[in-house]
Amino acid sequence: MRCRRCNQPAVFNMRQHKLAFCGAHYPAWFVERTERTIRKYHMFAPGERVLVAVSGGKDSLALWDVLLKLGYDAAGLYIDLGIGRGASNDDGYSAASRGKIERFVAERPGARFIVVDLQDEYGETLPQVARRVQRGRAKPCSVCGLIKRHAMNRVARDGGYSVLATGHNLDDEAAVLFGNLLHWQTGYIARQAPVLEAEEGLARKVKPFCRFYERETAAYALITDIDYIFEECPHAVGATSLQYKDILNRMEQEAPGTKLQFYQGFLRTRQANFFRDEADQPTLIPCPACGQPTSTQGLCAFCRLWTRQAT
Amino acid sequence: MRIIYRNQVWELQGQRRVRDAIEEVGLEPYTVLAMRDGKLLAEDAMLDEDDDVRLVAVISGG
Repeated sequence: MRCRRCNQPAVFNMRQHKLAFCGAHYPAWFVERTERTIRKYHMFAPGERVLVAVSGGKDSLALWDVLLKLGYDAAGLYIDLGIGRGASNDDGYSAASRGKIERFVAERPGARFIVVDLQDEYGETLPQVARRVQRGRAKPCSVCGLIKRHAMNRVARDGGYSVLATGHNLDDEAAVLFGNLLHWQTGYIARQAPVLEAEEGLARKVKPFCRFYERETAAYALITDIDYIFEECPHAVGATSLQYKDILNRMEQEAPGTKLQFYQGFLRTRQANFFRDEADQPTLIPCPACGQPTSTQGLCAFCRLWTRQAT
Repeated sequence: MRIIYRNQVWELQGQRRVRDAIEEVGLEPYTVLAMRDGKLLAEDAMLDEDDDVRLVAVISGG
């Protein structure tokens, strides 16, 4: 197997693209493809302020790295959920993740980094909130998603960032699509897109890695020596999204390109307005406590987490 | 050669291609990437008897 660009021995092969690259040319291809995706979906332009949600994992750190290489004005946001926090604040999954980000920043002078510490700001860690509220006992990941979305929107709004970028890759998107199709969640299907335009009080959300396989982002991180957290979040063990990923990967093994066709076919169908009627959203009104848009009267779902009624 | 994945270590005798070694220790090749001396290895790369190969899960992170 030889590098497409220089004919030297390849270190990474992508059967779905019939492409292989050496260690020098793979990162270049990866960065160029990210830029093409940003332009293809009109995600953002040079000069716009981009907030990158970073978890310490390969996808988000790779995304931040690529955006900095491309010269975008990209700051990182880490939400410290206090997962695995013990007697000391320096142990556990969240602390390890934060350590990876601090190292990433230390190696890139000028990279700006914002931290939201859930316990410092709200008095509880994610595991504590999840144990206390009904929706968290059944699904801690549901509470986690709610908290992260709220924090990302707040920091973007308060910091004047017009764009919020996340490291969702094609495997993530395909797994979400697969799950929503299995359950015919047509409203969710209609709103799944590489770009969610800004709404009142909400920044534009973009997924510049939505055309990369998870294997491709992992290879980029490893080849470029990004030190990321290898472990999966302890709360994600057994998650249905991981089961869907596994099913799709088995299909991919038999027919390379299956995941790419599944997702890109969906995007083409979506572009043809196949799901347009389903995309109509309820009118959003500001939450009286935090000001973020909500579809319900009274406090938004995030603010309700911190009231006693949530127990 | 030694194949290292998370907390597990396997010892294999003789030469092998990366893909074959991964299958031999009971893992699916699409779930991991192989590294030797900190460098990524292609699936068809040949491994020697005295190599240490670290496997990294493709799915990881928060």
